Amino acid sequence: MSTESAHVGERAQGAADRPRPYALIAEWDTPEDLIAAAHRTHEAGYRHVDTYTPFPVHGLAEALHFQDNRVPWTIFIGGVAGAATGWFLQVYVSAIAYPLNVAGRPLIAWPSFVPVTFECTVLFAAFAAVLGMLGYNGLPRPHHPIFDAQHFDRASQDRFFLAIEATDPRFDVVETASFLRGLGAAAVSEVQNR
Amino acid sequence: MTVPVETEERFLTGENSYESIDRAISSIVLNQRKHKLPWYVVALIAFGFLQVMMAALTYLLYKGVGIWGINIPVAWGFAIINFVWWIGIGHAGTLISAILLLLRQQWRNSINRFAEAMTLFAVMCAGMFPLLHTGRPWVAYWLLPYPNILGLWPQFRSPLVWDVFAVSTYITVSAIFWFVGLIPDLATVRDRAANRWVRIVFGILAMGWRNSTKHWSRYQTAYLVLAGLSTPLVLSVHTIVSFDFAVSIVPGWHSTIFPPYFVAGAVYQGFAMVLTLVIPIRAWYKLRDFITLNHIDWMAKIMLTTGLIVFYGYMNELFFAWYSGNTYERYMMSNRITGPYWPLYAALILCNGITPQLLWAPRLRRNVVVVFIIALIVSIGMWLERFVIIAVSLHRDYLPSSWGYYTPSVWDWATFLGTLGFFTFMMFMFVRFVPMINIFEVKELLHKAQHRNGHQPVPAETPAAGDPGATHEH
Repeated sequence: MSTESAHVGERAQGAADRPRPYALIAEWDTPEDLIAAAHRTHEAGYRHVDTYTPFPVHGLAEALHFQDNRVPWTIFIGGVAGAATGWFLQVYVSAIAYPLNVAGRPLIAWPSFVPVTFECTVLFAAFAAVLGMLGYNGLPRPHHPIFDAQHFDRASQDRFFLAIEATDPRFDVVETASFLRGLGAAAVSEVQNR
Repeated sequence: MTVPVETEERFLTGENSYESIDRAISSIVLNQRKHKLPWYVVALIAFGFLQVMMAALTYLLYKGVGIWGINIPVAWGFAIINFVWWIGIGHAGTLISAILLLLRQQWRNSINRFAEAMTLFAVMCAGMFPLLHTGRPWVAYWLLPYPNILGLWPQFRSPLVWDVFAVSTYITVSAIFWFVGLIPDLATVRDRAANRWVRIVFGILAMGWRNSTKHWSRYQTAYLVLAGLSTPLVLSVHTIVSFDFAVSIVPGWHSTIFPPYFVAGAVYQGFAMVLTLVIPIRAWYKLRDFITLNHIDWMAKIMLTTGLIVFYGYMNELFFAWYSGNTYERYMMSNRITGPYWPLYAALILCNGITPQLLWAPRLRRNVVVVFIIALIVSIGMWLERFVIIAVSLHRDYLPSSWGYYTPSVWDWATFLGTLGFFTFMMFMFVRFVPMINIFEVKELLHKAQHRNGHQPVPAETPAAGDPGATHEH
């Protein structure tokens, strides 16, 4: 583990007259340490917490007690909408707008409507999946205060971060920082709102 | 033989850390000096063929489809042969990325990005053919249902309209799937880029991805569902393509075996194309740690399996031509085997049925040169299969008075070879400018491999309380 512990900046005393920071962020070298830290952060009562890892780490979302079922529901609704669109489009076209009687065959020939209905279902559901995922994640958002965090470019490479956000009711610059350091973080730093 | 270790280990060799994975893969994008002579030679040749395509298309638009070898019994010819062939190539991409993801096959991680890009470009090539074959591609939007002043609508009981929906949905969903898979890797490249402009471009493409666990959680749900959606989509696309034939009553086309047989053929040929491209590229870019011999071995096994299914399809066609007792079906088969196109059918059986049997031998499956050559032979064989199904079935159907013969013209060849150039050129551009191996999934693989080997969390005996109350500011 890296020994470059938080090199001491200015004392945070008298922080009251400064604007509240965005978050306090701590970093680890391995995903296992981060999971352990996330568990302890939750136990300590912090709720506005997020972790940043270069790849999805199994168990982190559970450690943060994070659950969001909106994406699957959005996809489901997208799929249903797609199926309905595909089906009624074909019914409208073949039976209402342009009825074509071929040797008395049924206008609503449902077996031949299956492929297009299916394709529309998949298409709409796929769009719902991507737009839902991006939307609930608040993306695209090129700027975010967390990008100013020290070493944060390594969150997409080989470092594992945990941020306790200033909106957390228990957040206190001094106490939270010492709590994070007590978790064995390699470095703890403050992220400003900008 | 070495003792088999965990799956993850076998598909990621060498001494790797998260950092070295980043370096190996993103440097192909970031360090342009990594591109050596082979890249330039192949890209240049491909670019030349791309120009051939442009010339062929220009002349086609000027003159009309009469410059092709199509005629009245064989009205489709190269256009649909190449359409079906290209679409099939795309299928391995989706299969690798979607079906293997659902089956939790970790070995897909090193090849899925590559295969998905292949899908995209192959489907672009595929789409070109029916569009041009309409003769007036500038009014191709007539195929779409849109309200128009003539009150005309497409005929939804026709498989050709199903095709429009299937192929356009397929390319859209493939593009979405590919891009969603890229987002975290684009962020990695953004964060590693030293050049300001590279950082800005990748920053825009990554859309502000910040690796948050909450984002990852939604991301994984969406990605998995996309895979779940793509799986039946692949099967449906080639099934619908086979309906173009099977729903008609032409002997040799009107067959219930077509949907599964076409899907298997697509996977077969798609894996052949992945191997054709992956084998040289892993050597040029020194990616042997990520695309291991095990990958090649497993892909060869899939090729062997699907090849056997395809071969079963050939036998099944023969059997049913005989068993149905239908004169036309029987004649179609004897014409296929002994008629004017018999050398093509013989070559088809040789390429698709017999050559791949070499892959039963483990030593040959792990010999990259042999696999490469077999993959090329399979690609040719699958192309011959499309030719046999289309041209040979059409040129002699029910009425001997309307029989004909089909010879592709030089413009047919120019268009086909041109799309090969287009495809290769796009693939080489992709290799150069986009991370071609899924970085975050390979890291995940490494993490799991370390975990299995009893990797313990580092004991938390850090210089805990350096100076309580002090925070790091900047």
